Parts: sequence; structure tokens; C-alpha cells
Amino acid sequence: MPDPDAASALRIEGLSKRYGGGKLALADVDLEVGRGELVGLLGPNGAGKSTLTKIACGLVRPSAGSASVLGVAAGSIEARRSLGYLAELFRFPSWLSGEEVLSLHQRLCGSDGGLIERGELLERVDLAGARGVRVGEMSKGMQQRLGIAQALIGSPRLLLLDEPTSALDPAGRRIVRELLVDCRARGISALLNSHLLGEVERICDSVMIINHGRVVAEGAPGTLGSGGGLEIETGSGLRSFERVERGAIPSIVRSLVEAGESVFAVRATGSSLEDAYLDAVADSDSVEAPDAGGSPQAGGRR
Amino acid sequence: MSGTALSGPSQARLARVIAAHAVRESLRRRVLPIVLALSTAFLVLYGLGAHFAFGELDAIDPEALVEIDSRELAGATLSGLAMFATLFLGSVVATFLTLGIVRGDAESGLLQPLLARPVARGTVLIARTAAAAALSVAYVVAVFALAALITWIAGDYLPDQLPVALLQLAAAVVVITCISVLVSVYVTSTAQGIVVFMLFGAGLTAGLLGQIGEALDSDSLIDISRIASYALPFEGLYQDGLFALTAETSGATGFLLSLGPFGGAQDAGLGLDLFAALYCVALLAAATSSVRRRDL
Repeated sequence: MPDPDAASALRIEGLSKRYGGGKLALADVDLEVGRGELVGLLGPNGAGKSTLTKIACGLVRPSAGSASVLGVAAGSIEARRSLGYLAELFRFPSWLSGEEVLSLHQRLCGSDGGLIERGELLERVDLAGARGVRVGEMSKGMQQRLGIAQALIGSPRLLLLDEPTSALDPAGRRIVRELLVDCRARGISALLNSHLLGEVERICDSVMIINHGRVVAEGAPGTLGSGGGLEIETGSGLRSFERVERGAIPSIVRSLVEAGESVFAVRATGSSLEDAYLDAVADSDSVEAPDAGGSPQAGGRR
Repeated sequence: MSGTALSGPSQARLARVIAAHAVRESLRRRVLPIVLALSTAFLVLYGLGAHFAFGELDAIDPEALVEIDSRELAGATLSGLAMFATLFLGSVVATFLTLGIVRGDAESGLLQPLLARPVARGTVLIARTAAAAALSVAYVVAVFALAALITWIAGDYLPDQLPVALLQLAAAVVVITCISVLVSVYVTSTAQGIVVFMLFGAGLTAGLLGQIGEALDSDSLIDISRIASYALPFEGLYQDGLFALTAETSGATGFLLSLGPFGGAQDAGLGLDLFAALYCVALLAAATSSVRRRDL
């Protein structure tokens, strides 16, 4: 049985995956998602993010290493009772309504939430008015929001979300952001696989960047990279600053004010995480063989 | 959010959930009305054919065929046609209901949300197979029973052992369902349909070959047919079902019916049924084993 008091919601140690045909998807990856922690997983297409997520929920078998969910082996029936998963490429039967999809998944995970849970979840993802709409008649964004509601069925302890906002408009993304923050407040952990760096930077407690199956950088979003840019609208025009640490912004504004400038607006331009991401990926590309091969022990950086 | 899932349901209960879902999915597919319309068209045509065939019984010349019961001959031949057509339609239904059940659904992303739940892959596969088999069986039993009813109304003829014929027809379509499920593990939906129908054709051809072997007294052809009947037991079950139509008919009529145009009628006995059951278990075990090891 999963240990509800386990320190880690998800623990991955020395995880490697080599698919048939020899392609190395993951090489000696370590990762830990603490209880109530929101971890972002970043990396270019084909970096191994989806493989890692799929191993965590048991859809893919690792070649080496281990993964556990709340102390039990990832992929086991017990582990799957504790998690909610949204795949990057998923489909629900087109003939089912949104509410029927949730009802099916309630029965599959043994949720006792019934109509109330379904109603709450549909409301949370802004689909309350579409509970009877068939999946086949939903837009991609609506289907993705339904997928997120499905992942939350049964109040899972761990959420594994693979590109959960890729088809969403800005309003939809905000809904998901707020949902994830709310989940964290209630002690639910989440592994968020995303290309949207700003989103990850805003809500995640820590970030792991992988490339060619290897960990190339990790840490809290604010500690990665050397800061983004800053634009300050003053009485004498727009002033731009590059690579500014978050902690340095008040002193810049103060110095402008002390110099007699009128400050009307302060805007962050570019993301420090974006710079860190691009640097880490570029560095790893420069030393990586084109087929991402090599020894699994060549390993991640921790 | 109010729902909790602290203790999960048993695999048996999950199997029922998946099977019920699969049945509902099948019944709500848009192709269902087409299947019903085509089946109705077949039965109407069959009814017309039976009406005219029994109306022209006097045209069958008894001089050349001593001790022939023309009503028995016409009724059994028509029932053989109905059985052949029903098996074909049932195979189409079984293949359609299992189309893409593993690889196809995995590639389209339908399978992953289900398998991320606390349900074993084997449970999903067996439950979906059971649902497809149950619907296919219901279909062939309904169509053939209606055809038998039409034959009885049109010509006052009933097969000698109708329940046995129905049972063997049902068993044959279960075997086809299991073959289709195993094929679906390895190939895409289109290829799956092609492979299953090629196997179906191969089985029927082997049955006809055996019939030719009987007529020519060729042991080799009979052996080939017998081996094919075990390799693809739906054919053996079909032959046994054909035999049940005229199991109690003797004399020249019985001899003529055994050479009927829809494959050889052979009394396979209980051994074939047991073998077919083991065959289905083996196919599903192979499919389950492969699905368990597969990366999705």
C-alpha cells in the first residue's frame, strides 16, 4: 500500500530507458518530487520528458533504475491508485459526454465523489456548462481541460501532467495555473511537463531541465540563470536593463527615483528561466553525440 | 474536490466496468444502424429465396435421385447458406468490434488514460474481448435463429439440431474474436482487418478443400483440411454446426447434404469444442503477455 506519510510523492533513482532500436531516451536520471511540491520538467522535443512521465505512471518500463510513488513501485496497481495522469497525446471516446468521461474514471479509480465531485471538477476547469457535450463536439482546449479534470478524479496524491496547457488559450492556462497552485496548497504534488517556461517559472517550486535523456540543470526557478531583462517606463523615456536578478529590481527603481526620474511602469522582459534553459540545452548539445547514445552511466548532473 | 479513492476496486469489478463501457461504445457507434440494416436486408433476401425455393419443390426431379426428400434437401441447403452468411457477417462484426483494440487505441491515445488507472492491462484486454465476443455471439445467434424461423415459416423445415448449430456458430465467432484481438496487439487497425479476413478466407478454403478431398477420396486433402480445422478452429466449429443441421438425416438426402455447397459437414465431437476453448485461452494469454510487456 502507498505510504501517505512518505517523504517523497515521486522518487526516481538512476532511471534509464533505451527503446527497441537502441534509442536512449533517459540516462541515469534522478528526480524527487516532495509532498505538496510542484516540479517543472523542461526540455526540447525528444528530450525524454514524456518517457519519464510515462515510467512514473507505469505506461513505459524502465531499462534500469527505479521509480516509486509514495514509497511503492511506480506502475504497480497500488501506485496508480495514488496518481492522476494526463498524457501529452490522449483521446477520450468521442461518443461520451464530459460528465460520462469523469463518471467512467470515477468507477475505474473507485472514487466515491459521485455527482458532486464531477460537478466540482467540471466547474474548476470551466466546463460546467458543457457537462452533457460529447467529446467529439468539444474543441481541443475543452478536451484538454476535461483531461485535467479527469486527472483530478479521486483526489490523487500525485499529478503527472504532460503538456497540460499546450492546447489552451490564455484564459485556460490561467485556470490550470490556479488549479495547480490550489492543489499544492492542499498537499497534492505535481510533476509538470511543459514547454511554457513562463508558466513553469511562475508556479513551480523547482525545475529540472533534461536534454538527450540527461539532466542538464535543476534547481529553483529563481536560482537558475542570471536573470532576465527589465524595462522601466520613465518620464524621460523607456529604459532597458539586461540580465537583472529579481532582488536587484527595487534598487534599480530606487536609484532612478533618487536621480529625479518619474517611474510609470516596470516590466520584466524575457525570463531568467528562459535564458537558463537555452544555455543549459546549448551546452549539452555541444557535447552530445547526435543520437543521444552512450553509456547510461554517463549520467545526469545532480 | 470531494471524491477520494483510498481503497481501489477489485480487478473483477474493474473488468465489469470496462466490459460495460465497451458494450456501450459498440452500441453507440454510428456503424451499428448500418450493420442492422444490412442484416435485415440479408434476412429479407433470405426469406424471399426460401419462399421461392420451397414453392418450387416439385421441380426437383426424384427420378435421378432415389429416396430424396426434396423438402429436407431444400431446407438444409438454405440453412447451410444461412449459416455460411451468418458466420461471415458475424466475423465482420467481431473484427469490427475488436478493430484497433490494442495497438490502434494505444497509437490514438485512447488506451493510456485507462491504463494509468489502477486496472491491470490483462483486465482491460480480457474485459474488452469478452464484451466484443458477447456482442458477436448475440448477433450470430439472433441472425441465424431468425433465418431458421424464416425457413420454418416458408417451408415447414427446422434443422435437426438447431441448438447445437447455434452453439457451434457462437463458438466459431468467439474464436474469430480472439484471433482478431491477438492480431490487434501487433498490427495497426487496417492491417488487423486484412489479416483477420485473410485467415477467415484461408479457413473456409481449407474446409472446401476437405470437402473436395472427401469427394475424390483423397487422404492428403482431407488431412490438410483436418490440420487447418485445428489451426483455425472456427472452420472446424462451422463444419460441426453444418453437420448439426442434418445430423439425423440419413439415406441419399443425408449423403447429398454432406456434399453441400457451403463446406463439408463434419461431426467433430466434444473434442473440438474443448480444443477451441483452450485455443482461445492460449490466444488471450499470448495477447495479454505481449500487452503487459509493451511500452505505451
